[in-house]
Amino acid sequence: MGITFRKETFRDDFTFRNSPEHIRRFPFPFHEDSYMYAVNIEPHVVGPKGSVLQNLIDVDEHYVAEMQDRALVLAEDPLRCQSLPHMTLAGWDLLELLMEQQALAYPEHFTLARDGDRWRWINRPLGIDDSFTFGDVSTLPYGPMEYITRQSQGDFCILDQRDGNLWMDAGMVTTQADWSLDFDIGMNFFEWHAPVPLAHEKGIFVRALKFLTNIQQGKPARRLNWTMTINPRLDTSPENYHKWGPDRATVTPENVGDKVHLRVELQSFWRLPRSNAIVFPIRCYLIKMDELVMQPKWARRLHRVIRDLPEELATYKGLTRYRATLVEWLSKLDDGSATSPGFGPD
Amino acid sequence: MAAKSIISRPVYGTLSPQPGKHHLFIADAEGALAIADLAAKAPADFFGGAHIIFIPGRDSKYADVLEALKPAQFYLGHSFASALPRLKQTLANAHMGLRLYLAGTEGLIGQAMQAALEAGIDHTSIQTEHRGSLARRMQCVHCKGITENVTTQPATCSHCGLLLLVRDHYSRRLAAFQGVCINAEDRSEIPPTEEVFR
Repeated sequence: MGITFRKETFRDDFTFRNSPEHIRRFPFPFHEDSYMYAVNIEPHVVGPKGSVLQNLIDVDEHYVAEMQDRALVLAEDPLRCQSLPHMTLAGWDLLELLMEQQALAYPEHFTLARDGDRWRWINRPLGIDDSFTFGDVSTLPYGPMEYITRQSQGDFCILDQRDGNLWMDAGMVTTQADWSLDFDIGMNFFEWHAPVPLAHEKGIFVRALKFLTNIQQGKPARRLNWTMTINPRLDTSPENYHKWGPDRATVTPENVGDKVHLRVELQSFWRLPRSNAIVFPIRCYLIKMDELVMQPKWARRLHRVIRDLPEELATYKGLTRYRATLVEWLSKLDDGSATSPGFGPD
Repeated sequence: MAAKSIISRPVYGTLSPQPGKHHLFIADAEGALAIADLAAKAPADFFGGAHIIFIPGRDSKYADVLEALKPAQFYLGHSFASALPRLKQTLANAHMGLRLYLAGTEGLIGQAMQAALEAGIDHTSIQTEHRGSLARRMQCVHCKGITENVTTQPATCSHCGLLLLVRDHYSRRLAAFQGVCINAEDRSEIPPTEEVFR
């Protein structure tokens, strides 16, 4: 049985919702009642059935709507997708990876047929059926990275590895948590992370870089990251901050449950075979507070995490303006009882 | 110099004579004095293989200091933009082993480095020394326009008019600091403007 894709929006009337199954499988990012940065990287292996890790490249009920939102962002601002000239081969690597993974996991929706370099890609949810020559950019309507990432959920950064560092040299970034590909493209790992507070001093990035530069083909890794977003808006880019920033001033005790969303990024890291680059998909999951607190354990734990978050992190994540309102709302759902260890609901 | 900074913010050093036969200097205003200081430490025939591109700026000082070094080539530019075609040609025709020295304002160093990067020169091989004004070249993250010579915090984008926080986050590719709307969440909040990058 295939996925039933929702008709919904991530802007204007914000009709995005999670179905009950998607609420249960939400990748809640806190394994304990507090949060601080850590190098929380683990092997990206298949997880339990019914979880977002059931397949290594996850396609869900929001797929079609997310791809429509991406097309709108790109029409407005083509600089969200850029690839430096030496990154085309890595783009082909990524196209292969995403076609293979999506066709393998969701054969009812995607089909990849290969005859040497002559490939045929069928994407039924988006109504695409294209034949092309692998490695020949003139046979696709876009460059290989742009072509496949217009058909894959999540942002994608392709990192070139040289001089013992990783360089942000290509990407499709339309659902970012407030960072600009256009500004950061061409930077190395430390430079593009420069604005992150506290983590440099803790040596997080030195250790993370060491780990990432050693990733081997066929052995991807992953980590979770999180922030919060007002309204289920995918495009929270700095480019449009002056348009979505005012949303943060609209949170009231009455609308917290509907407006405030936990935004979780499932980041994975894959070595690409021909280019030796690393691709870094950033898959974004949104859930509104009303949906999240249907799991009492998550409600209690989120209350404690947000309440006790260090001030620098709250500022960096942009929570300052509505944090007190949110904590007050969540506190009513926290009876002080213990939470079980681990991420999952009780 | 800013006391507390972040990793993407460029770090500048002190010019020193490098081994080699060909030396290209690009400087503006007080940057000339960094070249003069280097000359005091350089071997006798050093400037016989040197090309100096100098943009004196408004005060029109220091050109004589550089001419006195008797470089093989000396060019006086009215602005960085007017010097750029010459710089690009020089970089394109450069022999392997050309040494590059940049001195003066951050805007000058950044834009000259941008041209050098486009010519395939590794940024770590370039000598830089900051002298003079702390004025910043800023890119508005919203409209992408560049505002030159920003001295205040916050600063108004000269293209779209938004009031921007001038961050320390810096892009070598764009040769610019990032400006992000400072009152995006509530446009009625107008923080005081201070002159901090003089």
